[in-house]
Amino acid sequence: MSILGTRVLRTEDPRFLTSGGVYTEDVVDERLAGACHVFFVRSPVAHARIGGIDVSAALSAPGVVAAFTAADLGDLAPITPGPMFNKQMARPILAADKVRFVGDPVAIVVTEQPYQGEDAVELVDVDYDPLPAVVDLAAAASDEVLLYEEAGTNVTGTFGDSSQLDEHLFDDCEVVTTRTILNQRVAPAPMETRGAAAAWDSSGRLTAWIPNQGAQGTKSSLARLLGVPAEQVRVITPDVGGAFGAKFGADPEHALVAWVARRLGRPARWTETRYENLIAMTHGRAQQQTVTIGGRRDGTVLAYRLEIVQDAGAHVRIGAMLPFLTILMAPGPYQIPRAEAIAKSVVTTTTPMGAYRGAGRPEATAAIERAMDLFAAEIGMDPAQVRRRNLLPKFTEPHRTKFGALYDTGDYAAALDKVLAVAGYDELRREQAERRARGDTVALGIGLASYVEITGMGDGEESPPQENATVEVHPDGTATILTGTSPHGQGHATAWAMLASDELGIPVDKITLKWGDTDLIPEGGGTGGSRSLQHGGAAVQQASQELIEIARERAASELEANAADLRFDVGRSAFEVAGDPDASVPLAHLAEAERLVVRTVFTAPGATFPFGSHVAVVEVDTETGKVVLRRMVTVDDAGFVLNPLLAEGQRHGGIAQGAAQAFVEEVVYDGDGNPLTASFADYPFLSATEVPSFELADMQTLTTYNPLGVKGIGEAGSIGATPAVQNAVIDALAHFGVRHIDMPASPQRVWQALRAAKENA
Amino acid sequence: MIPAPFDYVAAESAPHAVDLLGSLGDDAKLLAGGHSLLPMMKLRLAAPSVLIDIGRLTELIGIRAEGDELVMGAATPHDTLATSGLARSDAPLLAHSAGLVGDPQIRHRGTIGGSLAHADPAADLPMALIALGGSVDVLGPGGTRNVAAEDFFTGFFETSLEPGELITAVRVPRRPGAAWGYQKFVRRANDWAIVGAAAIDGRIALANMGPTPLRARAAEQALADGASAAEAAELAAEGTEPGEDVHADRDYRRHLARVLTRRALEHRA
Amino acid sequence: MQVELFVNGQQRSDDVEPRLLLVHYLREVCGLRAANVGCDTTSCGACTVLLNGTSVKSCTVLTVQAAGQQVTTAEGLAADGELHPVQAAFRQEHGLQCGFCTPGMVMAAVGLLSENPHPTEAEVREGLEGNFCRCTGYHNIVRAVLAAAGTAGAAAGGTADGERAEVGA
Repeated sequence: MSILGTRVLRTEDPRFLTSGGVYTEDVVDERLAGACHVFFVRSPVAHARIGGIDVSAALSAPGVVAAFTAADLGDLAPITPGPMFNKQMARPILAADKVRFVGDPVAIVVTEQPYQGEDAVELVDVDYDPLPAVVDLAAAASDEVLLYEEAGTNVTGTFGDSSQLDEHLFDDCEVVTTRTILNQRVAPAPMETRGAAAAWDSSGRLTAWIPNQGAQGTKSSLARLLGVPAEQVRVITPDVGGAFGAKFGADPEHALVAWVARRLGRPARWTETRYENLIAMTHGRAQQQTVTIGGRRDGTVLAYRLEIVQDAGAHVRIGAMLPFLTILMAPGPYQIPRAEAIAKSVVTTTTPMGAYRGAGRPEATAAIERAMDLFAAEIGMDPAQVRRRNLLPKFTEPHRTKFGALYDTGDYAAALDKVLAVAGYDELRREQAERRARGDTVALGIGLASYVEITGMGDGEESPPQENATVEVHPDGTATILTGTSPHGQGHATAWAMLASDELGIPVDKITLKWGDTDLIPEGGGTGGSRSLQHGGAAVQQASQELIEIARERAASELEANAADLRFDVGRSAFEVAGDPDASVPLAHLAEAERLVVRTVFTAPGATFPFGSHVAVVEVDTETGKVVLRRMVTVDDAGFVLNPLLAEGQRHGGIAQGAAQAFVEEVVYDGDGNPLTASFADYPFLSATEVPSFELADMQTLTTYNPLGVKGIGEAGSIGATPAVQNAVIDALAHFGVRHIDMPASPQRVWQALRAAKENA
Repeated sequence: MIPAPFDYVAAESAPHAVDLLGSLGDDAKLLAGGHSLLPMMKLRLAAPSVLIDIGRLTELIGIRAEGDELVMGAATPHDTLATSGLARSDAPLLAHSAGLVGDPQIRHRGTIGGSLAHADPAADLPMALIALGGSVDVLGPGGTRNVAAEDFFTGFFETSLEPGELITAVRVPRRPGAAWGYQKFVRRANDWAIVGAAAIDGRIALANMGPTPLRARAAEQALADGASAAEAAELAAEGTEPGEDVHADRDYRRHLARVLTRRALEHRA
Repeated sequence: MQVELFVNGQQRSDDVEPRLLLVHYLREVCGLRAANVGCDTTSCGACTVLLNGTSVKSCTVLTVQAAGQQVTTAEGLAADGELHPVQAAFRQEHGLQCGFCTPGMVMAAVGLLSENPHPTEAEVREGLEGNFCRCTGYHNIVRAVLAAAGTAGAAAGGTADGERAEVGA
């Protein structure tokens, strides 16, 4: 019986449950003895010129070792945007002449003890000459007030433009509807904030402990920011308390901590406060979307257009390029004869945007799913029926969309049918009708979302989707795996051990996984974009299989038999001569004379496309606007399920975050660019009382792109849940004439929509 | 975030605390559960130079019946009040209110006196005290005095406590069997009320509809004149000055005040 | 100033600043780093420990306020290398992913079960409203607490029989 596909408890857990994880702030290491503590002075205004910075009062505060401003950082180059963006939007690593968002780091204070830092930071006096804030996207795109004067515009990049749009796209449509909707800004808010610990050795080599999603990428980012050769940098990844896309690479603060350590000749540490995290860790989403959808009254969608304005925030980072992925996935799982999408990214005086669980794909699904419901409402057809009519039929050979995505395998109608059956859709519609007939003040809403998403992308043409793994069997019967992935809650230590165990016959709890140390594992793609299992896991399986073949040769000479006559008995973890069980040799024994180790690289033919359908059931109190999420029923098909325990956990977490965006969470700025949700008291972070237990249905449509048949599950839940919940809220109020409510469906927004609909009636 | 430095002294009795307040001056603050004060100090919104700990003075902790009043020590934690059999039978509105403050950990530490002295207009206990027509016992250099709830909350996070005074006890009428209603409208668990309403004995109190907890007097008058719950509740927002924030604008708050008042008058909790 | 208290049953005496938060005392002075700081506003509960058997957010307790009292952390739950029933249930139900919220969540659950040994699902969710998790969506955390409820010793680690300390709690 293979262990693959079974619920194996995590080997990681006993440590986490008893002594707790060792996160960056917890690291105790002799290399960090005597470390000083780094604090950042951050701009309290959204947009201003810096007149002067006076650190003299801070320098005389108790325990202050040093204070630095941009003037001290002459050896650090400015940070320039990536190749597709406006080069004139470079900025210094520490604000020099200008600040561009509340939270923009302006100065550094270094203290002996952590408590002294907060005292000293208050004493740094910065002279701000305020400029008008630029928060509204239309205002930003008008270029009236520029964040980067040299750039001459606030538009940092475009993906197609309106001249490419076909003005006849909807000519043959009986019905056309259009709406501008908001995919609002949210905060990734992992429970562990950012941090760093840095120490340089006498040879000028840096060791940096940083919570990250890929040590190798963090190392190259760090080296680039510091202007040092990559070989001079070693990144070690402690336990990471969640990331969700916002801990890739290296942030300016990480580099500055390392810079301080080098400058002062002693180790340095930094831990971000939650306030800093909510204003200076990159935010997610923030797309304004204009959707136009048209078709026939029989429910056939003929044309779809998506126009995106991406809020990039104040600095050009990953978030500015995510519309590329939104466009790629714009048509979703549907066969729409004519579809087009364009986007532009615009800087504003707000927190810079980065990746957040789904990174561009949730935005695509949210747009098309809202459009589907708008179309359904326009023609008076049930939203499930409209979807069924337009879903791509089942395919087992790769299908290329008009946007260039090559979907590997899919059976979208089956996912929809399954989720509707499990949810009891017809019964729910009956209950809804009954409540409406009675005029209940608590309305029932049923929302759908069908989605397909892209996982396991490579880094572009130069870098195909691949990952390395090293597997070694030790003479004592244990094994070690080195992976290029970077788990931060996903359970790779258990999952990769399962894969190796299945091939090697070594028990899971005798297999140790290592990751995240660039000296140990120089190459790796990290964990993000739901790539890990389909690349990293596949590599572990492949390495284990290759190891068995190497071991087979050793066993053959050991047993003086032909390799072809040997059989590997996984159950005993031993080779035996076929038909002669007594002539056997344990695998571990074959590691005694010479190391038994294999490093391999698994290369995938391309990205894979998990898919699914969600049904959300909400109750809306029509007197107060309060939304209660009663049920979330989902099908999330990511191919073979290696460990149902872990896969379900990923789905739960994604569903919760997706639902949270739909009706609970939002980052809010006032007109002056002041963040109004900069604490967990103000940012409506989802708690256990806002969500129910989830109902997960199983469906496994394998991919042919790796021997396991797996696609990526990590982000799927968040992609389906957001539009399902949003659609459910609007569905609850549809009989009042409500057609759309922007996210989050907060009580006030819902009440306002109801009031407006009643006034229009 | 951590507080600015301060000195700490543990009071040995309530009178001792009064003496300390007198000798240490304006820059000294009382510390009971610390769950209103310490969060403010950690955000550096308050920076007293001395904290006087009264949190463990047994004379300030406990719940007892005294004639027709329930008397509760000011340093009694919310959770103790929320789970007190005596409070749940004789002042269930108050016990219910205390059970909604924050979350369980906060209720284990935060005290009823601390909450009342903090005087957050969005908080549960100030609204409950107003609804019940309760009062507080105050000890100061001049002796003890009793202050009715209506006279206690004087402004936005302001009370009629004079310098050097502390609340020693909280009093509410014992009303076993009286019908009551309580509505705390939040967007998300462990939030303060966006708007709150509490009703008992023809009295209606509102939270977060002004700088202090308020009586909905127009609605009360309508009730007294024979209006139904729904009719009276239509007047709930009269005389209020709701603020605006990320959760709600003034219009929405007024609307909520009406809906929640009606529900409270229908004895829903 | 000098403060004496009991941490996981061990008596300690340390010289601390009055402003030293209990969570930092536990982490930096006692070396018990399971409790984590996750926020600035007493919201997230990652710092939850037991003080005289009841759950408190140690980021909002001064070390000096805990003088003479019993503090129990996640490290003090397991006896003789055996997982406490709540810890075992969290493992069994996959109630943790990144683990950052976990020690606080476990301590809050122990506190909850000591006061309500057989909670409903709704009571578990409300009982954990002061503990935030970003990874699990709470689903398996709730399953873990319900699984632990009713197992012998699930509430142990608090005071006996759900009685709650009155003094200074």
